Amino acid sequence: MAKLILSMDGLVLKEIALTKERTTIGRKPHNDIQIDNLAVSGEHAVIVTILNDSFLEDLGSTNGTSVNGQTIKKHFLQTNDVIELGKYKLKYVNETAAPGKAPEEFERTMVLRPNAMMSQVSSSPSAATSELVNTAIAPPPVIPSITSSQPLRPMSESQALRLSTSQPVAPTPNTAPSPISGSVVGRDGAAAIQVLSGTLAGRELVLTKALTTLGATGKQVAVITQRPQGYFITHVEGDKFPVINGHVIDVQAHPLRDHDIIELAGVKMEFFFKG
Amino acid sequence: MDLSQALEIASCTDPGMVRSHNEDSVAADAANGLVVLADGMGGYNAGEVASGMATAVITTELQRALDERPLYYVDPTSRASLAQRLLIEQIAKANSSIYQAAQSEAQYAGMGTTLVAAIFYDNRVTVAHIGDSRLYRLRGDRLEQLTKDHSLLQEQIDSGMLTVEQAKFSQNKNLVTRALGIEVYVEPEISEFEAIPGDIYLLCSDGLNDMVSDEDIAMTLHTLSMNLRLAAQQLVQLANDNGGRDNISVILVKVVRDYAAMRTWRDRIFGWMK
Repeated sequence: MAKLILSMDGLVLKEIALTKERTTIGRKPHNDIQIDNLAVSGEHAVIVTILNDSFLEDLGSTNGTSVNGQTIKKHFLQTNDVIELGKYKLKYVNETAAPGKAPEEFERTMVLRPNAMMSQVSSSPSAATSELVNTAIAPPPVIPSITSSQPLRPMSESQALRLSTSQPVAPTPNTAPSPISGSVVGRDGAAAIQVLSGTLAGRELVLTKALTTLGATGKQVAVITQRPQGYFITHVEGDKFPVINGHVIDVQAHPLRDHDIIELAGVKMEFFFKG
Repeated sequence: MDLSQALEIASCTDPGMVRSHNEDSVAADAANGLVVLADGMGGYNAGEVASGMATAVITTELQRALDERPLYYVDPTSRASLAQRLLIEQIAKANSSIYQAAQSEAQYAGMGTTLVAAIFYDNRVTVAHIGDSRLYRLRGDRLEQLTKDHSLLQEQIDSGMLTVEQAKFSQNKNLVTRALGIEVYVEPEISEFEAIPGDIYLLCSDGLNDMVSDEDIAMTLHTLSMNLRLAAQQLVQLANDNGGRDNISVILVKVVRDYAAMRTWRDRIFGWMK
């Protein structure tokens, strides 16, 4: 449940839970949040809450509404946004978006009944929340640790690191601790391949993408994938498999270590981490 | 007509990094050009039951129906292709099976599932979907989402309330507006596309597209198009490396060659006279 914390000059005045579909803010007494200050218009702004999302809209107020210092007409509120109305501040806190909360508690897919949707999208979206059908009848058992459900996955300290900017960006930064946030460059940082033989000898290829293919299409191709755990080489196509330090690898992804020698399509190359 | 020479199919399903159960279910039949993916929901193992029923009922019933009637036949009364009609019929069957199980067994009450099912025939692909499981197509190096989610978020995007960019930050990602097995009747959304050799079709549950950006999906499919199995595994791995918060399922279908239906001269003349 999202809430607003009303404060003035750093002093917290009260907390207001956003339980209603529409929460009005203004100077006049009929508002849900009444702020008796001349800088605030009679009907100043409204917050429309749809399930876990809230939207702030200025109602043509004289002095305007600002969020985090910027004047807005309409704004999709994110947790910790600060709404300013004259000398007053309203901080928006959405606990469903609190980091560290088990995703099981709020991310389960649920169905909204179609008839609820009709009212949801139309101009008077009343009661949509109450018609929400939670198909998860009982709360599922919370899984205490990642390792118990995925015992075979290597979980090194580098799980928390992200090696490159070309890695995908998590679409939901607020919902759970995600290994990509922070985008720390690991100790092993960028890596590269240097060609040791053939016509391209001496050529260096920095591995900036999450996937880099090597070899000749139709003949022999391998891919180097960049993962939180490091770099891996995997055979893609061709009858021959890549040779790493003189040993032929199998279909499994093979971890690459500093100064590994790769032989592919008759070309030797060296994998190394850049200082 | 056996399509296994024209279509290459690979699939992969994984519980992800957080959940203990895999409530997704996938089924593929290359010979009949049939792929089905479902993402179940409901307490305890009910989600698995719902998605499992959906893929099993739809695959077996469609296989049976395809044995009886050739697919290129167009129903003159409705003008809808047989593939579309078959999908609608079998989805209705799966819906009532799940709905009845949910009504009769207390532990299955309220279970349901999303669905994306595709039939490949006569150089075309017909897709039916319900909920937020998706069909994408990679053609050349362009990835295109061919289905539109039945979700609160999509409706908010359509009504102009949210932009696609803002939707990434919404806390209402998990709400679908249509699901199989929740009500007596369900309306699948059906669309049909021309398929050309080289196309790669991706069916996936939201565990993939919530964790992996479209750009990375496109790059993976494009880079690993020669090894479909590896591409499927790589997509799942990418989702897991990004947190794997939900079950992840993918089915990849690559059109290797032309698969026009072989009509007899009699069919051609009838088709021409209509």
